[in-house]
Amino acid sequence: MWRDNLRGIYYITVKDMKTYYLKPPTISWGIVFPVAWMLAFYLRSPHGFEELIPGLVAMTILFSTTAVEAVVINFELRLGSLERLLLAPISLPAVLLGKILGGVIFGLIMTVIVTLGSVLVLGLQINVAYFVLIVILSLFVFSSMGALVCVSVKEVFEAQTLLNIPRFLMIFLCGVVFPVAALPPVLKQIAYVLPLTYTVEGLQQSLGLAQGSSSVIGVLVLLAFIPAFIFPAVKLLARKFA
Amino acid sequence: MKKDDTNAISVSGLSKYYDGLAAVNDINFQVKSGEIFGFLGPNGAGKTTTIRVLTGLAQLSAGTAYVLGHDVNTGITLAKKEFGVVPEISNLYDELTVLENLVFMGQLYGVSRSERLKRAEELLKTFHLWQKKDARFNTLSRGMKRVLTISAALIHKPRLLFLDEPTVGLDVVNARSLRSLIQEINHQGVTIFLTTHYLEEADILCDRIAILVQGRMVALDTPDNLKKMIKSEPVCELRFNPMAEGTVNELGGLDGIHRIEKLGDNVRVYGESISFLTETIVKYASQKGLEIVSINSVKPSLEDAFIQITGMVLEAMLVEKGGR
Repeated sequence: MWRDNLRGIYYITVKDMKTYYLKPPTISWGIVFPVAWMLAFYLRSPHGFEELIPGLVAMTILFSTTAVEAVVINFELRLGSLERLLLAPISLPAVLLGKILGGVIFGLIMTVIVTLGSVLVLGLQINVAYFVLIVILSLFVFSSMGALVCVSVKEVFEAQTLLNIPRFLMIFLCGVVFPVAALPPVLKQIAYVLPLTYTVEGLQQSLGLAQGSSSVIGVLVLLAFIPAFIFPAVKLLARKFA
Repeated sequence: MKKDDTNAISVSGLSKYYDGLAAVNDINFQVKSGEIFGFLGPNGAGKTTTIRVLTGLAQLSAGTAYVLGHDVNTGITLAKKEFGVVPEISNLYDELTVLENLVFMGQLYGVSRSERLKRAEELLKTFHLWQKKDARFNTLSRGMKRVLTISAALIHKPRLLFLDEPTVGLDVVNARSLRSLIQEINHQGVTIFLTTHYLEEADILCDRIAILVQGRMVALDTPDNLKKMIKSEPVCELRFNPMAEGTVNELGGLDGIHRIEKLGDNVRVYGESISFLTETIVKYASQKGLEIVSINSVKPSLEDAFIQITGMVLEAMLVEKGGR
């Protein structure tokens, strides 16, 4: 059975990559938006840009993964082709994991492009192992978050609109554009409940832009967010087929 | 846990509720291996709900159901390896080509790489879609989409095929062609469970038919036995040459003739018995110098049976509800 599920996850991911990576919502929210923000901040202040890199890479992870989830899940929910996957001998959690992996891989591609560009242009020192760990965990966190939101609605535009609530909240509260330490106490408390804060802090540490070279707590928190998003997403999807 | 069961499908006391309302209410049936079994009923009767429960897309609220020996509650994923499903909507992938869709289905069902390419080619050639193999799914006609969806359900050589309203939305030619295809698939040994609201389709295709009304199963038998269940007047259908209005009225006035119905060029004559009707009509034609172009006794149709059975059931339901 687990072999069938692994096979299902693999082929669903590959099919989604072929089918959905170049859809307009993926391009606009997953590529154009983060790249436009990065360019805007670079042009605004090229000298202080390296301090913004962790936040902007984190934002790229957030938008690229969630943009893909809205497409790979909601297109198929609307057309009824998600049911086609559920008729195959693959469990529902495996189908959802296949969908999440599609977001992870797209996010990884975007993150690599953006990171390489930044590191090469600015010549940053990087703790590669810790950087990769934070990026991989964050890709799974935000893909799962995207999946949770997307299975609760039907249309792609509904998913993108609903996702903008946590996305923009996190951009402003989680250290993407200004530090969490500078926030008022109440907002600081909220920031530490949101996963993007740990992504930004972890990336800052891996790029030598913050105290400490790594944080076990940050890693554990990100790890905990993954099942915290996936389990309810599985339940919600299963309820549609109850 | 697998139940040792020679039937392809065994259902006992199956009920499915949505928000307290019974979409399917306490139905019982078995589908024998190798037969074409039909679920017949109007829209909203519970046909699609039953298929969704049997294929794992919905959970039953009460009762038991076994598909190919597997309990749908605990073993449905294993059962899925052995059955194929053709949903009411042809829901393959618009952006993939005909061949890519079949190959993807083969991948999901664990068909080996060499086998799935071979099987895809075999299916596309059998169903006359090979020349369209590189066409995207969203460019196909409705009939072709339907045929491809059936092909996708057969890629892993299932023992059982679920067809939900297979010919809905198709024109007459495509519908007939699809029905022949279904019979051909059954001749290859595949058990078929199909739902339809087309009486003619159920009559032509099915070895046995279950009639559903408002979630309840009200009859289950072969098409012939269902027709025999109903009481009907003896009737002959005929055509004279020439066929004048006056002729029809005069025929209807003869002793022993209960009533006349005009059906296009033909006339249906209801009377005491078939032999009486035949003698009377032949005698009348001879007296009036009319040529009998055609004459035959009319057996009750499945439509007659369906109307009478469902009419009786609906009336009983109305009485149950206090006539409201």
